[in-house]
Amino acid sequence: MFDNLMILFQAPVITVDLVLNGLLLGAIFALAAYGMALVWGVMSIINIAQGEFVMLGGYVAVMMYWGGIHPLLAVPVAAVVMFIVGWALYRAVIFRVVDRDLFVSILATFGLSILLQQLMNTAFSGNVQIAEAGLGTVFLFDGLVTLSEIKVVAFVLAIVVGGCMVVFLKRSRMGQAIRATAQNARAARVMGINTDRVYAVTYGLNAAICGSCGALVAMAYNIHPYIGLPYTIRSFMIVVVAGLGNFAGVILAGLGLGAAENIAGFVLGAQYQLAFVFALLVVVLVWRNWRLAAKRQYLK
Amino acid sequence: MRIFPTLTIAAAGLVAFGGAAFAQDTITLGSAVSLTGNYSTNGEHTQRGYDLAVEKINEAGGIKVGDKTYKLEVKYYDDESTPARGAELAERLVKQDGIKLILGPYGSGLTKAVAPVTEELQVPMVEANGASRSLFTNGWKYIFATLSTSEQYLASAIALAAENAEALGKKPEEIKVAVVVENDPFSADVRAGVLDDMKKYGMQLVIDDQFPRELNDMSATLTKVKALKPDVLIVSGHSKGAATGIRQVSEQKVYVPILAMTHCDSADIIGNFGVASEYTLCATQWAPTLSYKDDLFGSAADYAKTFEAKYGYAPPYQAAESSAAVQVFADALERAGSTDPKAVRDALAATDIETFYGKIKFDETGKNIAKPMALYQVLDGEYKIVAPSAVAETKAVIPRPAMN
Repeated sequence: MFDNLMILFQAPVITVDLVLNGLLLGAIFALAAYGMALVWGVMSIINIAQGEFVMLGGYVAVMMYWGGIHPLLAVPVAAVVMFIVGWALYRAVIFRVVDRDLFVSILATFGLSILLQQLMNTAFSGNVQIAEAGLGTVFLFDGLVTLSEIKVVAFVLAIVVGGCMVVFLKRSRMGQAIRATAQNARAARVMGINTDRVYAVTYGLNAAICGSCGALVAMAYNIHPYIGLPYTIRSFMIVVVAGLGNFAGVILAGLGLGAAENIAGFVLGAQYQLAFVFALLVVVLVWRNWRLAAKRQYLK
Repeated sequence: MRIFPTLTIAAAGLVAFGGAAFAQDTITLGSAVSLTGNYSTNGEHTQRGYDLAVEKINEAGGIKVGDKTYKLEVKYYDDESTPARGAELAERLVKQDGIKLILGPYGSGLTKAVAPVTEELQVPMVEANGASRSLFTNGWKYIFATLSTSEQYLASAIALAAENAEALGKKPEEIKVAVVVENDPFSADVRAGVLDDMKKYGMQLVIDDQFPRELNDMSATLTKVKALKPDVLIVSGHSKGAATGIRQVSEQKVYVPILAMTHCDSADIIGNFGVASEYTLCATQWAPTLSYKDDLFGSAADYAKTFEAKYGYAPPYQAAESSAAVQVFADALERAGSTDPKAVRDALAATDIETFYGKIKFDETGKNIAKPMALYQVLDGEYKIVAPSAVAETKAVIPRPAMN
């Protein structure tokens, strides 16, 4: 461990590489987390199937790749497909658990995540699948710093999606309805807002953002039916750190987590990388005095 | 009109008699395999391997046990890739279904769950897909494995590095090795085998990272590889590890003279990554190009042809080792001259045969000690066996050329 720390001091370029790659990794986590922040903020639901939505988006990219279509096109296509999937899942399952105990929604979405895993396992087998976008790598400092272009695309998309979400929530009619519902659903209903429709759109939007994130994951890493869990864990972690509905906070927490995780992986060894994430989560929860989950926060 | 009830009773009697006669002439093996869940793909390869061997044995007239000739059949349950379910189903096979001969599930974790059950109930299990060496350190007497155990998977890559030390411009003890494995029982054994062999040659361990199952990104570890420049990079993490390894090694332009990994074929590194997979060394239990043969299937290549004709794809080694497990049972039953589990167990312990899959002879722990692991290298988009040298198709390209 100390040897690895020494490398960071002796070769600062290595540190630059780790931080930059960590930021790119963090942008992907942030993309997966936006929707969780939204769903948690508006519907008071913790969506355990978050990672499975990422996985489904990945399979959209893989199928397009198999069909000879450039998988980068899968980013918008997966968003549309997953919006419909999210909407349908809300109509089929989630509407029954909104406004009920948090535990009920955790159980329902946990069931959903297992169901989606098994469905994808049956459809695509447990083997890893990839979608090759044909993008290259940017090399800096004599090749010591490497940036994968697809991850740079993910980074840009994460920033753009964050910005679009803020504009959508502040400027559009539906966005205002979502914010009103997040503040007080009953009052919003009295004011004539169809909160059921707002919830469906919110859940669909969550699935859509996760879907485009998944398409990028298929191009940057790989996809199999069980990739969901790390994305769910990290989304939860990011939302806890950022605060509900705080999209600037989500991107900052995501980038910070990615960089911290990458450096921890280098210094402590990959075996402690996930433990490090959990340790951070515990620290943040203690720091926030366990109140976050219970406290209603409003979309900013 | 009364003829109909009479005929019905007679027909029922005939069916019952026929069924009983049929049951008498059939020996049923039992197996709980992963038909759904995490391991469903390899579970299916396992089942197909069993089925193909049963079909061939039955076509060849069945097996002679004592004075009688029997057909074979397998009763399957789906363990859903869950160890607890596997153990429960193994117990059901023996206690409820009365089956006393068990074929193993897919994977070390599942086999580890089933083995205590078969051991306690004293029924022999021939398994083909549990490679973890911890399966053979418990003093179990009823488990027999056709495959090479996992600590042997990449040990041959270390031997190859030592043999080629001069080509790398070093002595064996100057060679630096980076070991990157998934944190699961199988890869822990692969790592232990590599470390043991490294010790033998006095090689230096410069990176020893174990990544959790959930980790999809090795870039931090590969940055370390770039900084420390090892001569050998060992990667083991099922198909996900192989896919991530190849992709990120090429993406980050990490150069190592020797890159060796497990599960290249299940990750389809050639199909998925093309040129990026060139010169990678891959561990394999079996390959159709090996020169093993038997009377049932013919050569390893003949087995591959038969399998492909039936299932439409080339047999992965998981299927081949599973077929060999059925052959081992058939051979032991014939030699035992009885279906009594104790007698079959003793016959299994004395197994010494050659199959299309390789030689099979068990040590006192039930491990197959007669068949070495093979190592192939991706050369011009094809897997070519490069070790062990006795069965190699070509010489390994070491060091691998730098890629642009």
